[in-house]
Amino acid sequence: MTTEHQTLALILFSLFIAVTLGITTWVSRNRHGSAEEFYAGGRLFSPMENGFAIAGDYMSAASFLGISGLIALFGYDGLLYSVGFLVAWLVVLFLVAELVRNCGRFTLADVVAARMSERPVRIAAGTSSVVVSVLYLIAQMVGAGSLVGLLLGSSGPVARTLTVVGVGALMVVYVSFGGMRATTWIQIVKAVLLMGGAITLTVLVLLRFHGNFDQLLTSAADRSGHGRAFLSPGLKYGGDWTARIDFMSLGLALVLGTAGLPHILSRFYTVPTARAARRSVVWAIALIGGFYLMTIVLGFGAAALVGPDAVRASNASGNTAVPLLAAFLGGGAGSTGGAVLFAFVAAIAFATILAVVAGITLASSASVAHDLYASLKRRHARQRSEVAVARVAAVGIGAVAIALGLLAQNLNVAFLVGLAFAVAASANLPVLLYSLFWRGFTTRGAVWSVYGGLIPSVLLVLVSPVVSGSPESLFPGVDFQYFPLQNPGIVSIPLGFLAGWLGTVTSHEEPDEAKHAETEVRSLTGAGAV
Amino acid sequence: MDKHEGRDTGTIRLDDPWYDALAVGWGEGEETSQPAPAPGGGRPAPGASDIYLEVQRSAAFQEVRSRYRRFVVPATTGFFLWYVAYVVAATAAPGLMARPVVGAVNVAMLAGLGQFLSTFLLTWAYARHARLRRDRAALDLRWTVFEQERGQERTRARRAGR
Repeated sequence: MTTEHQTLALILFSLFIAVTLGITTWVSRNRHGSAEEFYAGGRLFSPMENGFAIAGDYMSAASFLGISGLIALFGYDGLLYSVGFLVAWLVVLFLVAELVRNCGRFTLADVVAARMSERPVRIAAGTSSVVVSVLYLIAQMVGAGSLVGLLLGSSGPVARTLTVVGVGALMVVYVSFGGMRATTWIQIVKAVLLMGGAITLTVLVLLRFHGNFDQLLTSAADRSGHGRAFLSPGLKYGGDWTARIDFMSLGLALVLGTAGLPHILSRFYTVPTARAARRSVVWAIALIGGFYLMTIVLGFGAAALVGPDAVRASNASGNTAVPLLAAFLGGGAGSTGGAVLFAFVAAIAFATILAVVAGITLASSASVAHDLYASLKRRHARQRSEVAVARVAAVGIGAVAIALGLLAQNLNVAFLVGLAFAVAASANLPVLLYSLFWRGFTTRGAVWSVYGGLIPSVLLVLVSPVVSGSPESLFPGVDFQYFPLQNPGIVSIPLGFLAGWLGTVTSHEEPDEAKHAETEVRSLTGAGAV
Repeated sequence: MDKHEGRDTGTIRLDDPWYDALAVGWGEGEETSQPAPAPGGGRPAPGASDIYLEVQRSAAFQEVRSRYRRFVVPATTGFFLWYVAYVVAATAAPGLMARPVVGAVNVAMLAGLGQFLSTFLLTWAYARHARLRRDRAALDLRWTVFEQERGQERTRARRAGR
């Protein structure tokens, strides 16, 4: 890319960093340092604000760059991702959002531990939350690293490393100084920017085709070189049955994983009531659904206007399709309009990554301090010291994410996100649903269900083609691949549910009727909610 | 709605001076019933968890719960099967999905957009159902629990002061 592109993009991006750091300073100017304030932003956000923040938390760079890139390269198969990402919100809306808001305080473990023997359950749920968050963080770090190659025109290892370290440092600053309040506002700003960018580009694409969607599809199909096959499934996931089952596994993980993501669950505690939590999910579904509909137009637009060959030449996995499309729509790579739009889109993509990593870091530091530290170290840590622990935990998680992000640099971003979803769906969702809806669920069931989903999903990834045994693996030199699928969901999600059931029927503990009554009444009425 | 025969609210009425005042005018329509405990009373004096057991067994709560479940269970089953069918069809039957419908639009495109549409419609339906059919009753129950807990605290404080 030209220097003009880079300078503009860097200016816009510095502006975003300045604004977000300003927000962080401003909201933390008279903070009280209470746990309520740090983890939940005082619980006083409106449904609309929280809806934007949820959308900002959820729509990662993988969605913005990854999905439209996949559509630009493989046509219809990219669209399968966005359907999974959206439909997942029905699980959240129907089964999780309101009930979790009513029953919990800060984390997933709060909901589960309320009915059970607290310590083992808290440790189990806290551990799985941290694992999911770190996996998701790695994906975002890798995304940041590959974006810098595009932005600075150099994908040298030094620039990548610096970017990953810089993103990690920024997120630690946001989270440990601003807590949930700063994180939420950053996510809102980012969601507005992202929607604005997507709407602008979509309108420009549709104007090119005079509002004719049919013509857009036809031109995309013609330009792709695949003809009509470009518009139907099969180009990416239509190979042998291993690839097809792999995609079914991914689809299952996507639709069930969202409801188990710790940083999504923690967003429901930032509003005052369950009704507000529901309305914020409705806002989020409208925003996220609208956004994914626009990525379809952008993806096919990139295929029709830029062409899959040019996209592939710039980045093999298609991540640069949208920035290239923006440059084209602005008048071509050499023009001022092209440079402005390109810089705008690149800055939005960076903002996206920063907002998402801040949300995940906050959620995982809450799990470390509120669940793990509180259970393992001092049973009665004072509130103030718990927040101090959470701040330190944010720094530690930042360091881990930077290190692993540098290690995993060559893995595909959308795929890494799929892994995080699979672990969330296997370890967190079963225990959450069982404890909300199953009268006879016991402590052993809860612990088994978490580990019974977590351990198989992580182990299956370790022996999958992702880690070893194929040229694209993390360690291509060695081969300890025993599991053919890249995504473990189709095996590990049922195992999580099975383990929870097995643990419950084999335990001698009588399920506590009164505690179940309390959970059920509280979850549906909001009685006793904080 | 089933109301249990021979309900035994005497213990609470005596112990809880707030109970009568509360029972008037909360709930909507036919749900204006006091918590109806399960047959076979003889429970110990109510503690915090007994309030929840009491409310859980009340007809008003069971109505809220069954309204929630009557919507959520079929709706969840429906969208989940529809989504699984979509994913399986896209991976296992690409020929069917590639069948053209109008112009460049084929079955796969319609099914994908249909997933978006059904998600939006179900979201709207759920929000509407919850707003019209559950929110009032749930709020009333929340107040019931709150007032009972407060009444209990006062009783305890009065006993301690005596």
